[in-house]
Amino acid sequence: MTKNIYLPEMATIQEVIRETHNIMTFRVTLNNPEAMKNFSFKPGQVGQVSSFGTGEATFVINSPPTRMDYLQFSVMRAGEVTGKLHTLKAGDQIGVRAPLGNSFPYEDMKGKDIVFIGGGIGMAPLRTLLLFMLDNRADYGKITLLYGARSPVDMAYSYELPDWLGRDDLDTHLTIDAPYEGWQHRVGLIPNVLLDIAPSPENSVAVTCGPPIMIKFTLQALEKLGFKDEQIITTLEKRMKCGVGICGRCNIGTSYVCMDGPVFTRAQLRQLPNEL
Amino acid sequence: MAKVQFIKAADVKPWLAELAKEHRVFAPSYDGEALLFRPFDPAREIVLDRAATMPPKKTVFPQSEQLVDFTYSKDPEDLSRIKIDARETLPSGSTVVFGSRPCDVRGFTMFDRVYLTEKTTDIYYKARRDNTLFITLACASIENTCFCNWVDSDPCDSTGSDVLAIPVSGGYLLETVTDRGGKLLSSKLLVDGESKKEEAEKFCEEVAGALGAARDLSQAPEKLLAVFDNMEFWDEVSAKCLSCGACTYLCPSCYCFNITDETIGMKGKRLRSWDNCMSAQFTMEASGHNPRPTKAHRLKNRVGHKFSYYPAIHGGVTSCCGCGRCIKSCPAGIDIREIVLKAIDFKPAAVEE
Repeated sequence: MTKNIYLPEMATIQEVIRETHNIMTFRVTLNNPEAMKNFSFKPGQVGQVSSFGTGEATFVINSPPTRMDYLQFSVMRAGEVTGKLHTLKAGDQIGVRAPLGNSFPYEDMKGKDIVFIGGGIGMAPLRTLLLFMLDNRADYGKITLLYGARSPVDMAYSYELPDWLGRDDLDTHLTIDAPYEGWQHRVGLIPNVLLDIAPSPENSVAVTCGPPIMIKFTLQALEKLGFKDEQIITTLEKRMKCGVGICGRCNIGTSYVCMDGPVFTRAQLRQLPNEL
Repeated sequence: MAKVQFIKAADVKPWLAELAKEHRVFAPSYDGEALLFRPFDPAREIVLDRAATMPPKKTVFPQSEQLVDFTYSKDPEDLSRIKIDARETLPSGSTVVFGSRPCDVRGFTMFDRVYLTEKTTDIYYKARRDNTLFITLACASIENTCFCNWVDSDPCDSTGSDVLAIPVSGGYLLETVTDRGGKLLSSKLLVDGESKKEEAEKFCEEVAGALGAARDLSQAPEKLLAVFDNMEFWDEVSAKCLSCGACTYLCPSCYCFNITDETIGMKGKRLRSWDNCMSAQFTMEASGHNPRPTKAHRLKNRVGHKFSYYPAIHGGVTSCCGCGRCIKSCPAGIDIREIVLKAIDFKPAAVEE
């Protein structure tokens, strides 16, 4: 029996976390225990989450494959599907088609120093890889995290930050755009803070995700620090429907972001036509 | 050439009536001014002297089809708890399309490379594709919008068909192309066609000659990429475009779709419908960002996909069957051939100051 690529697995929301005024995190389990037990994915892979009656949208699975009690999706309210998802609560039913897409090259990154640079909701795809690496800590060198948001209240995963800041095997830097009462970390735009921290490009890989304007200047900063195109990894977003390279809307030239992405190195992006 | 048979023109309808006992049969007949593939009806005239306005695309890939059927049910103990059941809804039954043209059927071979791959099988497409047979009619008249010979085809091409019908004096020579096509040729209305073979061969030669010389598109993939960033080029070739999407809906090889949900009360369905890359909505993201913000970007992607990206992915095969419907039916008179040739001939040095 050939798998029906369009039929979602039914899933139950176990927990809803309100991260910020417009981001909610959903922890879900597949209703079929066999399917949940056999579910496997790689960090960076995405899923199509359905609210039946409204539609589907694509989100990264931001829990790591090393922690399989639930699958976690963080949803920023932007359109119809995300608006509907934001009304859901624990116990509600959704559909999940996953895993889809490629993943971070976590095998090739073994033995290297890793620099994570996340802005806003862009922290979601980084979170899965960061936690995966922390769960396989011996495989990787020094891990640096630079995570920024507009203000402290725009920072998702705030409840995890004390742990990340406290770990001695993770060098965490937090930043916000403008001064805020009680904020004890850095103030400044991510690219500027990155230049200040100045991680070495030696045997390093930088992984960055965030809003387009942040990515643009972060790439410039990384270049200034000496990071080569092959050492810079990011993820792309496009409007997607099928998630398996058929429906025809997420292509950039010959590459389908749903299938060949969402993870690309900067070197790979340079090979694609300019249509981001 | 496998077994050949002959059918008198006057026996076509009785033959289709026989086939209609076992299959859904579609044949070209007028619906108002549009010549469409419609369910066989003995009372309707079957029109075979020209290509249909729309290809028989919907016989395998319906304009709108149901993928999933879902129902909500409330938990009587806690009305805020809603259970959802979702089920797949696969098509069944077999279909015979009579009077498709070689270009129409070749369109499905462009689908096949995307919908039926080693990695992924679209089971809805497969269910229809496996159960739809094509009795294709070789083209007797060539229109000035026809260019199947530019894309490695010809008016007697049987690729993707199950039976090829070639016009000969008094009727049609029927060539078996596939085994399942051969099974359609067991009617007593058919007679041995061996004596008409020579006439059919001559027909195919003549009609191929009527197409004129083919243009070489082998450089198109690379040349279209070379003008990718030249928005002046794309603004110019798309200036007349109304973004109506007729080109995509009439195209036998346009396979893009949208997925949407509809609900009525406690029931709903997830639908797949033809989509149109010429629409701004096609790539519009929830944030408001659109990677293809103008009609120039969108036309670039349509032409690029067919003549550059698809061939690059699928061993050089152009995702255009040369039927010319997009040219004939474009309300603004855009000719995709001109765009491709213009890109091939484009010299960067010729850019005006």
